[in-house]
Amino acid sequence: MLTLSLILLPIIAGLITLAIKGETAKTVALVFAFAELALGAYLYKSFVPDATSQFGLSYDWIHSAGIKFSVGVDGISLILVFLTTLMVPFIILSTFGNNYKNASNLYALILFMQAALVGVFTAKDVFLFYFFFEAALIPIYFIAAIWGGENRIKVTFKFFVYTIFGSLFMLLALVYLYLLTPGTHSADINAIYEAAKALDLSTQSYLFGAFFIAFAIKMPLFPFHTWQPDTYVEAPTAGTMLLSGIMLKMGVYGLIRFILPIVPLGVDQWGFVAIILSVIGIIYGSVIAIQQKDMKRLIAYSSFAHVGLMSAGIFSRNLEGIQGSLIQMLAHGINVVGLFFIVEIIERRAKSRELSLLGGITQTTPNLTVYFIILMLGSVALPLTNGFVGEFLLLKGVYEYNAWIGAVAGLTIILGAVYMLRMVQKSMFGITSKITEGFTDLTFNEKAVLFPLSFLVIALGIAPNIFLKLTEPAVSQLLSIIK
Amino acid sequence: MNAIIALSLFGISNLFLGFLNNRKILLPATLVFILIALGLNFADWNHEYYWFNNMLKTNNLSVNFVTIILLSTFLVVAISRSFGDDDEHSHPAEYYAILLFSAVGAIMMVTFENLIMLFVGLEILSVSMYVLTGSDKRSLRSNEAALKYFLMGSFATGILLFGVALVYGATSSFDIHGIAQGVAKAKEQMGGAYGPLLYSGVILIMVGLLFKISAAPFHFWTPDVYDGAPSIFTAFMSTVVKTAGVAATYRILSISFPSVYGLWGNPLVYIVCATLIIGNITAVYQQSFKRMLAYSSISHAGYLLITVLAKRPETNSSLLFYSLAYAIATITAFAVLMVVSEAQAKNGKADESFEALNGLANNNPLLAFSLTISMLSLAGIPLTAGFFGKFFVFSDAFSNPSSLFKWILVIAILMSTVGIYYYFKPIIAAYMKKGEVAKIELSPLYKFILILTTTLTILLGLAPDLVKNIF
Repeated sequence: MLTLSLILLPIIAGLITLAIKGETAKTVALVFAFAELALGAYLYKSFVPDATSQFGLSYDWIHSAGIKFSVGVDGISLILVFLTTLMVPFIILSTFGNNYKNASNLYALILFMQAALVGVFTAKDVFLFYFFFEAALIPIYFIAAIWGGENRIKVTFKFFVYTIFGSLFMLLALVYLYLLTPGTHSADINAIYEAAKALDLSTQSYLFGAFFIAFAIKMPLFPFHTWQPDTYVEAPTAGTMLLSGIMLKMGVYGLIRFILPIVPLGVDQWGFVAIILSVIGIIYGSVIAIQQKDMKRLIAYSSFAHVGLMSAGIFSRNLEGIQGSLIQMLAHGINVVGLFFIVEIIERRAKSRELSLLGGITQTTPNLTVYFIILMLGSVALPLTNGFVGEFLLLKGVYEYNAWIGAVAGLTIILGAVYMLRMVQKSMFGITSKITEGFTDLTFNEKAVLFPLSFLVIALGIAPNIFLKLTEPAVSQLLSIIK
Repeated sequence: MNAIIALSLFGISNLFLGFLNNRKILLPATLVFILIALGLNFADWNHEYYWFNNMLKTNNLSVNFVTIILLSTFLVVAISRSFGDDDEHSHPAEYYAILLFSAVGAIMMVTFENLIMLFVGLEILSVSMYVLTGSDKRSLRSNEAALKYFLMGSFATGILLFGVALVYGATSSFDIHGIAQGVAKAKEQMGGAYGPLLYSGVILIMVGLLFKISAAPFHFWTPDVYDGAPSIFTAFMSTVVKTAGVAATYRILSISFPSVYGLWGNPLVYIVCATLIIGNITAVYQQSFKRMLAYSSISHAGYLLITVLAKRPETNSSLLFYSLAYAIATITAFAVLMVVSEAQAKNGKADESFEALNGLANNNPLLAFSLTISMLSLAGIPLTAGFFGKFFVFSDAFSNPSSLFKWILVIAILMSTVGIYYYFKPIIAAYMKKGEVAKIELSPLYKFILILTTTLTILLGLAPDLVKNIF
């Protein structure tokens, strides 16, 4: 029931928000988002750390085809559901400084998006998963295409077509697997795992390709990333936060939930290629990030680089790699939402994100500086911040898989420090420029977002175990299925 | 099957109602007539009846198809707005009567037991449509469309009739079950092969029917006719005629010729692929929303034929679900197109381009929302009925053991992606482009229909089992 409430509450909240016109809409949306967070916290608290799927629920959905509305939470889902419920209130709060046209529609779409995301992370029926996977795309498309920047129409459209194209191949793969299940067919994920065991290498290779395209576009991995920087830049910041903070995790989650257990032979065969692509993405994304002039674009590329490391960790298929990717998903979500918000704060005041035009903001903004630096350090993966735990485990995992690849992937730490420090230095330090004169410090609303996020950066860095111990049984079980 | 008799009588009474001075009564009267026919249709549920000396047969499949046809007719009539206030040139009584008559033809096409009835049904439907296509008398395009449709359509009917004659020669039967026996016997005599008579007969029947559902390469009339006909009749054509045509094709191929699958299956593979590719790719280049919908209807014929080709036990229900989802979404799209193109008319000529929709969402949220949902459904995006339509069709194709279907599916997937490209044009225009569409006043009935179809599309997208269990 809890899982169902987690999905239904944002939908109901969205419908209510839709009916409210004017300024109150955002407050109502925020209240509901916090209510959802409370549910998420309750879920986290009552979760028993073992490998089972908990809070399960199953209704007949398409009876004739054996397709069920079946949801449940295990360790892997838990961390992502928690991330989703945690981030949305802050994303909504971060928009309070802006005035949007038809604001109630925007907030309703954000809440609908949240429902779809929770659905993706809890679905235990593969078609339900697919359903939510696609459904999440519709709100974010409209958020980006209606409230976005100058080139939004073209850019978001490319994003939409690109991702749908990928997921259609996944749909084919899912239908194929579903028809392999015995009897009247079942779309339950465990039945699919079972049915997939009998597949030979060449079939698994095809299936690997179909799933990989879907998830690689979503994350995105090199060379499927061309939609990403433009979309992140053109979307309104709330949309960018949803995309990078939560939505790209759908792809990473898909790798863990689908590719690893369903096509182990395919991963044996093609996992190396996937890791190479991931590592190319890390280096490529970092190098481009170093040269960016636009702060939002810089963070977009950094996000692209980070997700490459997550994927490499997953394809190395050991406990450290997968655990690292899970904790890194949480950490990256927090950091990237915080960083995009800081860009938004700077843009609100200076009306620009160009690094060359900014500078000298620290003079008047002690609060902003502190929060910016904490979040930046989290992203750079300094020890005792949340980024460190994830990156360390990921690199260890990749290193165990192949020392050379591990060494190359390790460059991410150095390159990450270069582009992040460069961004802080160019934007915050130096001489005050024309547009940063009279830059005011944070407002209460802005602090209300940045303080909790910064707190989490440090808290998770000091005590990552509160999450690691929850996910470990599920990950171990997953690995035992593969082996 | 009393629906046929009732509808014919209602059509005639409609003509008499036209003599009354009060034209307002026509629309509600026609809607009531259709509802009565729908009720009569349900009386055949769960029975297998032969009618009129074994000329027609009803069973649950045909009842379902008739329901979709009558529902589509109902929706189209409901959005007809009494054909405007143009007293001098419009003849609402005649139009409503002809719509009812053509529904009779469509019903015959889904219940025929004898090829003669197929021909009669097809002719009733076609002749009605020729007239309605040309009903905008003063428009050159409408006249051209009617003439084109008539010439090409009568040619296609001729081909069908020729095919029927040849099949009769090969099997000495007009009865569809009799033909199946005749085919088996002929195959036995020929030692597994089939003679040229049967071969050409089946192909010609197929061509005649595929023409009606505008499958490539028999689709050339479609864009011009759909574009030239008054939008309300285009909506009727692209839903009722399409559904009836696909149902008739499926009926004859699955009942009479299942034993000679290779004969019609092989050419159909190419036809399906060509239809998908031509329909979708050409739609991308259209500037006019109405013309785009014409090509979209071609492409949907392709998806429908996939499941006919797959020949699975589930084909019945997939076909029904897809037709229903398609019909509802298409009618919604036409409903929006009609009012917007009239509101944006330039020099007294309705503007049917995508630009006419620019900025629609600002003052007309309901129209924009309905349009969006219908486009998403046609594109097959989840949360809408169209997604499950495609889903069922794709699963049918996949469960056919032949590996050929995997390739058809790859084409279908690629073309679905292309579909997203053009189905999003109206959405982008309505929500994101700058433009001004004044607030359009809608009648309560019109609003109700828009809300109804939109809700149905979403409802079927969330819980397809609501109707899938019946099918």
